[in-house]
Amino acid sequence: MDFTLNEEQQMFKDTCASLADDMLAPKAGEWDQGHIYPTDAIATMAEMGLMGVAIPDSEGGTGADNLTYAITMEEISRGCASCGVIMSVNNSLYCDPVHRFARPEQRAEWLAPYASGEKLGAFALTEPGNGSDAAAMRTTAELEGDEYVLNGTKAWITNAYEADAFIVFATTDRSAGHRAVSAFLVATGTPGLSLGKKEDKLGIRASSTAQLFFENCRIPAANLLGEIGEGFKVAMGTLDGGRIGIAAQALGIAEAAFRAARDYSLERKTFGKPIAEHQAIAFKLADMATRIEVARLLTHQAAQLKDAKADYGKASAMAKLAAAETAMWVTTQAIQVFGGNGYVTEYPVERHFRDAKITEIYEGTSEVQRIVIARAVLEEALR
Amino acid sequence: MNFELSDEQQMLVDMARQFAAQTVAPGAEHRDQTSSFPSDLIGPLAEQGFLGMLVPESDGGSEMGYVNYALALAEIAQACASTAVTMAVNNLTASAIATYASQELRAEVLPSLCDGRDGKVGAFALSEPHCGSDAAALKTRADRDGEDYILNGSKQWITNGAFASWVLVMARTGEGSRGISAFAVPGDAPGLIIGPEEKKMGLKGSNTVPLTLENVRVPARYRVGDEGIGFQIAMNALDGGRIGIGSQALGIGRAALREAARYMEERKAFGKPLNRHQALQFMVADIGTDLEATRLLMLKAASLRDQGKPMTQEASMCKVYASEACCRAVDSALQIHGGYGYVQDYAIERLYRDARVTRIYEGTSEIQRVVISRNVLKGAS
Repeated sequence: MDFTLNEEQQMFKDTCASLADDMLAPKAGEWDQGHIYPTDAIATMAEMGLMGVAIPDSEGGTGADNLTYAITMEEISRGCASCGVIMSVNNSLYCDPVHRFARPEQRAEWLAPYASGEKLGAFALTEPGNGSDAAAMRTTAELEGDEYVLNGTKAWITNAYEADAFIVFATTDRSAGHRAVSAFLVATGTPGLSLGKKEDKLGIRASSTAQLFFENCRIPAANLLGEIGEGFKVAMGTLDGGRIGIAAQALGIAEAAFRAARDYSLERKTFGKPIAEHQAIAFKLADMATRIEVARLLTHQAAQLKDAKADYGKASAMAKLAAAETAMWVTTQAIQVFGGNGYVTEYPVERHFRDAKITEIYEGTSEVQRIVIARAVLEEALR
Repeated sequence: MNFELSDEQQMLVDMARQFAAQTVAPGAEHRDQTSSFPSDLIGPLAEQGFLGMLVPESDGGSEMGYVNYALALAEIAQACASTAVTMAVNNLTASAIATYASQELRAEVLPSLCDGRDGKVGAFALSEPHCGSDAAALKTRADRDGEDYILNGSKQWITNGAFASWVLVMARTGEGSRGISAFAVPGDAPGLIIGPEEKKMGLKGSNTVPLTLENVRVPARYRVGDEGIGFQIAMNALDGGRIGIGSQALGIGRAALREAARYMEERKAFGKPLNRHQALQFMVADIGTDLEATRLLMLKAASLRDQGKPMTQEASMCKVYASEACCRAVDSALQIHGGYGYVQDYAIERLYRDARVTRIYEGTSEIQRVVISRNVLKGAS
């Protein structure tokens, strides 16, 4: 048992912290207000090896472990939660499953440029009629000669406007449930694939989110990712890992709000002393710090279990649930510490509050996490 | 970073779990109902090495360290929270003496605390009727008289007080927090008067009494460490003690979770077992997540302590989170039992009562928040 970071992990943390403080945090408000995709920041993050953190060097990635990924995700998200989700989708939802399932001949085209950050990937599982219930898939894939023909609509696709490729899930038989779902690699610009309008979101507004429309979209049969009918397995394994990324994003948002509230509480005076010296505020800070510590331990544990190739499904669900709810709670408290100043865009905490909300929803809502956790916990308690 | 238990740690957990289930759990309900101290368990706890876990082998302890201590204590607490606090206070007292006392005093005191001689244990006397968390305000005096000290004052909420072989007493030898010294006082010292047992809401198998010191004369060699470092000894002991209470809270919470899971399997409502109802499943998910968080906080604080690193903030986070998570857990678990949770036929009723004190002793939740907020404000840019 050891709760300290090794040298490499600490180095990544420090480097990302500097980037977050110097380049991301100062601009995050402007990107948020203007719905501006942070092109230069993402390019810098790519140069730093942050777009394929846990993908081996030999495949274009950085070759670090999943714990390092969680640590870097937290720091980046502390600076800008939108940069965090752009990074998370490319790492966890695109590169990770491609790394695990792509055939040797697919890897140069579909993995290396994405793991290096030269190109950007996205993940298209959810549909307008189903989110967490992935087995209710409506998008179809029909084999015609040596091509698959895709038809259907995907919703809430992060990075939709900037992505160079999508992992698209489709069923080859709607009546066969999740056993008929397969994963396909689809390049942007493929005829028959079009984008819906950008969603006007509450938070993470510097990242794009849109629907994808597939109308007789033809792709080579060779673009199948994994085996036919293996899509559900690809998706579920990916989401377990993705939850670590979102837990880390939530941690970063919470930490940013906590630091802002802490610093403000030392500056702002009421009744003749800094509000930090009023116990009502001091105790809020204590609870914020404690809950962040809890979420961080759970997140690091999930990442470390993944690194150890141990079962980490329950751990990542707990991490995601705790971190998301902590982010929401901490940002709510942070606004309270700021009072009226917390309610306006001159201070960052209203953005943190808006950014935090999505972490309770995507990559499996808090309710879905509780379903996963309850199942595991009830079984263990009776063992 | 590595969160996994070593093979040795896992073995200890398995051993403690088996011991707790076979030896500690069977009498837990009876001890609660009759407010009986677990005298018959002191020997067996000593045989397992659980009384001197923080004491070097050279002083008669089992020297297993805080991580192992926390792991073992949680297992005992899952079986019986009263036995756990009895064990925790003994370890806390022995650890403070092992850390600060002279070689001569360690040799005199520690073997009996580690082997639970005559079914007796150690006690730690800091709180007084007028002060608990504000320990620097204590009034008990120790006046030098030749080669002896004479102690006078009142101590309150002393766990193990009536069954103590030794009591570690904090008393004033000067002014302010630097005027406090620690003394090892034999449990049978003349003038040490054991007051009536408190009628507690929970932990009824543990012993809690007020102690009055009336001209208790102890030789100067019974002073633990130098004059004036008593407050430091107490604060250091409490940092370690908070890990212990975190661990106790974890054990109570786990017991509540197990009771809830069992009940949810056997009880049906609207044609299906309770464990198929989502509202209750979600309560269990939250208990499970809270307890896992507690376990990690506990292990981190314990691991830092074993490495001799600063851990005051981590100990406070562990203690406040663990105790509050435990209280949420017993509350949800009782709710899951419905009316049956409110009567003594099911163990959850006892667990609910036992849980409540974890937010109070070893520093209230409010004191932990004072400690944490001070620490985090120091980190401001």
